[in-house]
Amino acid sequence: MSDNQQLDMPQWHRIRLIGNPVIRQGLIIAGIIYLLWSVNSLDIDWARIREGFPRAAGILARMFPPDFSRWQLLLKGILESVQMALAASFLGMILAVPLGICGARNIAPAPIYLMARTCIILSRTFHEIIVAIFFVKIFGFGPVAGVLTLTVSSTSFIAKMLAEDIENMRPGQIEAIRSTGASFLQFLNYCISPQAMPRYLGVSIYRLDANVRHSTVVGIVGAGGIGQVLAASFSRYDYDFSMAILLTIVTLVFLGEFFSNWVRGRLR
Amino acid sequence: MTDRNSTVKDDIIWRRFSPRETLIRYAWYICIVFIAVWSLSNLDIAWFYFLDAHIQAKDLVVRMWPPDFAYASELIRPLIETIHIATIGTAITVIIALPVAFLAARNTTINPATWFIGRMILVGSRSVNTVVWGLLFVAIFGPGPVAGIWAIAFRSIGFMGKLVAEAIEEIDQGAVEAIEATGASRLQVLWFGILPQVLPVIYGTVVYRWDINIRESTVLGFVGAGGIGILLYSSINQFLWREVSLTLLVVFGVVLISEYISAEVRQRIS
Repeated sequence: MSDNQQLDMPQWHRIRLIGNPVIRQGLIIAGIIYLLWSVNSLDIDWARIREGFPRAAGILARMFPPDFSRWQLLLKGILESVQMALAASFLGMILAVPLGICGARNIAPAPIYLMARTCIILSRTFHEIIVAIFFVKIFGFGPVAGVLTLTVSSTSFIAKMLAEDIENMRPGQIEAIRSTGASFLQFLNYCISPQAMPRYLGVSIYRLDANVRHSTVVGIVGAGGIGQVLAASFSRYDYDFSMAILLTIVTLVFLGEFFSNWVRGRLR
Repeated sequence: MTDRNSTVKDDIIWRRFSPRETLIRYAWYICIVFIAVWSLSNLDIAWFYFLDAHIQAKDLVVRMWPPDFAYASELIRPLIETIHIATIGTAITVIIALPVAFLAARNTTINPATWFIGRMILVGSRSVNTVVWGLLFVAIFGPGPVAGIWAIAFRSIGFMGKLVAEAIEEIDQGAVEAIEATGASRLQVLWFGILPQVLPVIYGTVVYRWDINIRESTVLGFVGAGGIGILLYSSINQFLWREVSLTLLVVFGVVLISEYISAEVRQRIS
């Protein structure tokens, strides 16, 4: 009897995320069925896909070597993208402060809180390109639409982070400053800002780096920047120039990320 | 007397920053404002567009209201396609991103060269936007959902790979050593020592990325890569603003639901 128990004991099992085997296996089977169904329901032209692989090789062959001969156009587009990103990050940083404060449940009155949160959710839901189309319609083609698009998305992003940061603050300091009879502005300046500032700056720097990445794409719908040049080169089958643009973007993003990591490392 | 009083007063008043700190702070402010103004002034902004912007905006709102609900029946299929693109794309991502993540993590990579290759794949994948990947894959596979799926997958590899690689670098080395001590092979160490430790991170990032991918796949149609974006783009080009507003409503609903599901699942995992 006791022997049997000892034999049972050392039986080793991996710890599973979902303990119940029926649910676990059920989920796996459901996943497989879903994949089969979804691949079937998309009308996929398999012949066209097979044709795609040699075509991919052809495109790749035409991409090399990258053509940097039109570097003036490239430089102008990149510069415009960077300027759009800088301007949008700056505007976003400023606009996010009131929005973030209004979106913090512990310091804003309920109706204002709800309004601010609705704004944040609305602008977060729609992809930059959808927003860009509307700004292009309103402000015409060009970098204005791009700057405004990126401003909207940076504002909501930074504001969301700021609001969450304020909500997670310790109530002690808030009560301490309030009990001195501080006005609302003094309260913001001496209680909220010292606690929220490091993370706010970190998020803003991160957003600058994200804006550089996004500024390369709003141009596709005509909102300025390098994206416009890139889309044009693609539609003209100018793949070697596209490759030059892509390489430049990758380098730029890499540098931007490096800079952003460096600054955020120093802020901590 | 009054003179002394005022100096005492100056001492009493508490300040958050010393004069030196204040000076540095203002220097930073001026620097930032200068950069922003330089950027804005260098963009050739057509200010006259601002004159009638409010009229244009009002015109747009009037034309968009009310949403054309009769159009809803045509939206269902592309909507399902959008979700499929995001889901299949995410599934492919998992298959490709995991090996790359192990290459790009310092403690599991084979040698510095493979580490560098892994890192380059991640950076390259992340630097190029989904829509730009879409442009490329539409050129390769022709317009349709397949191009969208690959676009989603290629952009997500960098995102997932980076987060998983960071998780691998932060694992508890003790478990790995314990398994190595039993004489396990390299693969067995990966499978039993490292993978179980990073599994929650993998599940979390998969669900998180899926929710981002739903949002991204709504616009892939703009470059012809399938999904609801194709209809949205054609409605916009035909100025059928009431169809546009309904499509936007639907997109809003789907994105909100996927965000809710993803947040819920991630909370359960952690």
